[in-house]
Amino acid sequence: MPTYDQVTANKRRSAVLIFFFVVLVAAVCLAFNYLLDFGIFGVILAFAIAGGSAFFSYWKSDTVALAMSRAQPATIEQYPRMHNVVEGLCIASGLPKPRLYIIDDSAPNAFATGRNTKHAAIAVTTGLLEKMNRIELAAVLAHELSHIKNDDILVSTLAVTMVGVVALLSDIGVRMLFFGGGRNRSNDSNGGGNIVFLVMAALALVLLILSPIIARLMQFAVSRRRESLADISGVEMTRYPPGLISALEKLQADQTVVNSASRATAHLWIESPLARTPEEGKMSRLNRMFDTHPPLEERIAALQEL
Amino acid sequence: MTAVLIIVGLIVILAIIVMVLYNGLVKLRNRIENAWAQIDVQLKRRYDLIPNLVETVKGYAAHEAGTFEAVTQARNMAVNAEGPAAQAEAENVLSGALKSLFAVSEAYPDLKANQNFLNLQEELTGTEGRIAYARQFYNDSVFKYNTKIQTFPAVLIAGMLRFTAREYFEAEDEARGPVAVSFNDPPPVTPTAPAAAPAAPPAAPPAAPPAPGAPS
Repeated sequence: MPTYDQVTANKRRSAVLIFFFVVLVAAVCLAFNYLLDFGIFGVILAFAIAGGSAFFSYWKSDTVALAMSRAQPATIEQYPRMHNVVEGLCIASGLPKPRLYIIDDSAPNAFATGRNTKHAAIAVTTGLLEKMNRIELAAVLAHELSHIKNDDILVSTLAVTMVGVVALLSDIGVRMLFFGGGRNRSNDSNGGGNIVFLVMAALALVLLILSPIIARLMQFAVSRRRESLADISGVEMTRYPPGLISALEKLQADQTVVNSASRATAHLWIESPLARTPEEGKMSRLNRMFDTHPPLEERIAALQEL
Repeated sequence: MTAVLIIVGLIVILAIIVMVLYNGLVKLRNRIENAWAQIDVQLKRRYDLIPNLVETVKGYAAHEAGTFEAVTQARNMAVNAEGPAAQAEAENVLSGALKSLFAVSEAYPDLKANQNFLNLQEELTGTEGRIAYARQFYNDSVFKYNTKIQTFPAVLIAGMLRFTAREYFEAEDEARGPVAVSFNDPPPVTPTAPAAAPAAPPAAPPAAPPAPGAPS
């Protein structure tokens, strides 16, 4: 089974995407610096605020995510099958066993959280345990374990930080420009220099205004790419693609949505817990760029090629 | 003077590279040892669960003595087996015997409703999965290690430092043959395919039910 190559290819595409994201952030910082006096302080401040808040929530990610979904610890006496399956997968992947939680909800779904493998936690809904058989459950839990193994919580925290930095710089930058805080260029070379300055300033301004939306789109693209990677890594653990295909098909057929989910935590679950946007219509393509997960048909098709 | 410094610098860099490669190889080799030991841990877990299972089933299906004896005998043989080849064969026999036991239990609805039996069945299924995953992890570790010592740059130092390729854990030849599924009698206790698919319950061919209970 060629999953080794698939995993490497997926990781490479993910790295390329993150690289372009970093390039965008750097461009925004440069634009900010170009347009504003003492711009560098703004950049540092933006990183401090966005970075600080994102990393605080990363550090506490397991506590926060579990509390928000009202998850309860799943004891081994009550849920022996889930524990046995997770322990088997941990042996297959060499990971330490994460803490297991259960969410009382009829919608089948699961998520993984925690800042590293030692502080990891996986939560599943009672709906998932009821509707999936053992093989499908193993496939779903393997997908969640892969998120932990591939440090996806860290990756999404970095993505959120970069979005935060861009949003702050854009907001502050545009405001300050309109209130006359622009860089004083009167002592630059005049004549030709002024035209260049105007063009550069215009470009920088356009970038500042558009960057938050571009950054958000890149964040969602990263999220989708990591979901595909988790699918493939999960199959590498179980060595059984039909298991995950069957699980995803069941998820596709099930229309219920998780009660306690929100936009903020949507990216953590195996399948978007929010109501799905309709597939047809002119706006659907635009809508899909904001999806945290690739569409289920695409995921199933990718697995069927293995 | 600078030439000497450059040469010394190069030697230091080379030494660091060799050290890093060596440490990596040692880590991978130790992981293989760990993985092999892990398989044994899971096998022992299975051995420990079996007597309990036999006692529980005996309580309900006392006249299936032949099956119990087969399982107990197979288990003792597996525990006492010496060497990997004998152990692997004994494991196969034990897997077959366990399948017979579960097949037999399909005919006793009271037994199937017994919570103790269900717990044991779950534990054994989990253990079969763990054994399969442990073997998979062992093979993955051997793959990573063999690949590293056979590719550049570690290949240059591997032979010198006595890192040799390791063997994979392979299925027995009989295991690759087709599994006979009979709907009349429990399968005979001969070496058959071990529980191969991870996390799949051991395939129990249903025994001829004198009771109307349909096998699940």
